Amino acid sequence: MNRLGVGGWAILVVAALFFGTPLVLTAAFSFWEGGDRYGFEVYGLLWNSPKLFEAMALSVELSIATVAALIVLMVPAVICMNLFAPKLRPLFEFIATLPFVVPAIALVAGLSALITGPEWLIGTPFYLVIPYFFIALPYAYRSIDVGLRSIDLATLTEAGQSLGANLGQIILMVVLPSLRSALVGSALLTLAVVFGEFTFANVLLFHTYSVYINEIGQHEVTAAAALSAASFLLTWIAMLGVLIAGGGKTGPSGVR
Amino acid sequence: MAIVELHGLRKFYGGRDVLSGIELAMGDGELICLLGPSGCGKSTLLRIVAGFIIPDAGQVLVGGRDVTKLAASKRQMGMVFQSYSLFPNMTALDNVRFGPRVAGAPKAEQVKRARELLDLVGLSSHEAKFPHQLSGGQQQRVALARALAVQPQVLLLDEPLSALDAKVRLQLREEIRRIQRDAGVTTILVTHDQEEALSISDRVAVMQGGKLLQVATPAEIYRRPADGFVARFIGSGAVFAGRVERGHVRVGSMLLRADASATHADGSEVEMFIRPESVQIQAHDGELPDGTVAGTLSESVFLGGLTRMRLTLEGPDNHSLWADVPSEHAEGFKPGHKLIAWWEAAAPRVMPLSRE
Amino acid sequence: MKAPIAWLFIGAFLLVSAIFLVAPTAMLAVQAVIGDDGLTLEYVQTLGSYRYVKAFEHSLYLSVLSATVGVIAGALIAFAMLKPGAPRWLRSVVTSFAAVAANFAGVPLAFAFISTVGTLGLLTSMLKHIGVDLYAMGFSLFSIPGLTLVYSYFQIPLMVIIIIPAFEAMQPAWREAAENLGATGGQYWRMVGLPVLAPSLLSGWILLFGSAFSAYATAYALTSGNISLVTTEISAVLSGNVSSEPQVGAALSVGMIVVMVLVLAASQMLARRASRWTVKQ
Repeated sequence: MNRLGVGGWAILVVAALFFGTPLVLTAAFSFWEGGDRYGFEVYGLLWNSPKLFEAMALSVELSIATVAALIVLMVPAVICMNLFAPKLRPLFEFIATLPFVVPAIALVAGLSALITGPEWLIGTPFYLVIPYFFIALPYAYRSIDVGLRSIDLATLTEAGQSLGANLGQIILMVVLPSLRSALVGSALLTLAVVFGEFTFANVLLFHTYSVYINEIGQHEVTAAAALSAASFLLTWIAMLGVLIAGGGKTGPSGVR
Repeated sequence: MAIVELHGLRKFYGGRDVLSGIELAMGDGELICLLGPSGCGKSTLLRIVAGFIIPDAGQVLVGGRDVTKLAASKRQMGMVFQSYSLFPNMTALDNVRFGPRVAGAPKAEQVKRARELLDLVGLSSHEAKFPHQLSGGQQQRVALARALAVQPQVLLLDEPLSALDAKVRLQLREEIRRIQRDAGVTTILVTHDQEEALSISDRVAVMQGGKLLQVATPAEIYRRPADGFVARFIGSGAVFAGRVERGHVRVGSMLLRADASATHADGSEVEMFIRPESVQIQAHDGELPDGTVAGTLSESVFLGGLTRMRLTLEGPDNHSLWADVPSEHAEGFKPGHKLIAWWEAAAPRVMPLSRE
Repeated sequence: MKAPIAWLFIGAFLLVSAIFLVAPTAMLAVQAVIGDDGLTLEYVQTLGSYRYVKAFEHSLYLSVLSATVGVIAGALIAFAMLKPGAPRWLRSVVTSFAAVAANFAGVPLAFAFISTVGTLGLLTSMLKHIGVDLYAMGFSLFSIPGLTLVYSYFQIPLMVIIIIPAFEAMQPAWREAAENLGATGGQYWRMVGLPVLAPSLLSGWILLFGSAFSAYATAYALTSGNISLVTTEISAVLSGNVSSEPQVGAALSVGMIVVMVLVLAASQMLARRASRWTVKQ
């Protein structure tokens, strides 16, 4: 009665076909050299393309910088809010929900209208770290907040203080270690999402990995296919990290 | 006439029998408890009766009709689960009228019937509440009313009280008995709590290792357990393994007083079981009359009117013997005191050795 | 002050959020109604033009369609994989794959589908080989149904991840109790299963709607102007590809935010109704 049954298997087989086919065929397509010829030509081309590696390096740097910004700017603020200013929680919740309600393209419109200088800020690709920070904010905030709630911060702090620890010691030795899996999880998710981010980079005209794929895809579709298949693999590795860090729990999804 | 008959039921999982050779017949309106430790197969048996599990062999007859292969939804049995399992999205009233509703009864009739039953379980004033607004005991009453609403031929209760705290458990236990009698519905209750089984049932069916060991009235089970397992499981007491010697039982160096000559030949291997209320004690003054044993008081537990004492008997095996002594009489004895104990020859139950 | 450094952290976070998140959002609202000669409704009125009405129609249609497909397919997959009869390994395979696919979006996803069912795609040419011409049959990857197909690739896994906890919270005993009381499988799902799942399905739908509505990269790489969506229209204004003033981009953005807020509010009202039986705050 409660077996998987024909219906259950049918659902799963259809799903496997839908999700498997594009992956397999994309990888296969990347070997196509026109007509009936297949080979590694496009991979050689990509390997000798300095622009690809520049774009990849930039995306990696941006991902790491965004994670750093979250750790320096958001994590301490959320911990301090929970400890000293729980009344500010609604404000934090509002800020963390806003990037979901304001689509990325709208935020970039607002940003470019409001912030028109100085050049040292908006001229460097690292300006992107600011919008990326907010793209990552909703789920990074959520997972840190859930992590904090589950450890009963107040009691831990009181216990720590009664043992003679000061605030810094408590945060470093008690709070952060217990947030480990939440932190690693949201860091990896942020890496994956920022690495593939396109909206801001494209509108603000910076050459990140996604922008590069799009560009090369305009005239070399097979190269774009090769990079797409590689991207899936990269995302997979990042998510494997999340799964291992989160002890089998899947992280929330990123923002597009 | 038997309303429920189970014949030769057998079920195996992973190459192992979880149930075998189950034979049971229940009279109309009877309440039988399936009693046993966890893993003894009692829940599997109940779920076979309910229709959630199809047995590998044997038959389930209800009112003379073979329902072994009938779907659970067609059996007209009310079931109450350990986890209450009320539908969380429905009020108490909607939960109770669920059965009549899916059967297609007119709405007015569903509601009328549901109200009657909520009244029967004493929850009339809570009909508009959702399950999460009710206490565990209240939820289980609603579940009982819900099960009765289908006018079941058989009521099945799967450990209905084990999730409740002690006080509510006692109260609801009596109430289940009252409601079951009023409704006159044949009932099977699964439990691992022997006190619950003895207090509520017409008959108790003790299970172990997928088999029915003994099916009898609570008094019979208590006084005349079929074997050592039943004896140990029902109530407390001391069990000794030994050999019959002139009607008594030889356990190591001790000859324990008994009256087994009529039922067991000399030299046969037996288990002897003696309940604490049969054992009497007094201080050891150096003499050891015939039919008494000597021991040291190891601990005493105050039970109110009685105090239960554990004696460690003399000898290499350190056998324990329990005795219930009136509390005012027990005050004179302290752990470490030497005592002698004795009992009537007819008091111990001597049974063939059970092989577990 | 007990911990001045704590306020420093909180203050820094709030300040950055105010300047780079709240202020730009507010800026959009201001920009949308202020022209060269002060307050004006001119830009908001351009939203009523055929071009932008179509863009909103397409965006809404695509979001509703892909969210609905995602909710139904995602729930079915989660349901099938969580059945007690399903093998154990299946569960870890599906959850880990869903985590990857839900985050596989944007340009790479677009090119994966172009490589597969684009005009030159491998599946397209394979099917043509056996006499099935997808594009002659009216299919196009660069249409709303085509986009829905592509969006499903991240929407369905997203739903699987969201809905798994809700399925796990359903007690098997509910099903048994219903069966025992004479209910058929259909009656159980209609009266108990779906009502219990409803709040989770609804919040899943909202998340999927939002993710499709604000998606830009996938659409940009796929359509390049074939179909106008609100996001691609905004980017066209921003990059100067169309001769519109930036204020129009602001008005479009405000329009998107209004839609998101309305959908969120409506869903909260529905969710409150659907979950009136759950624990009240």
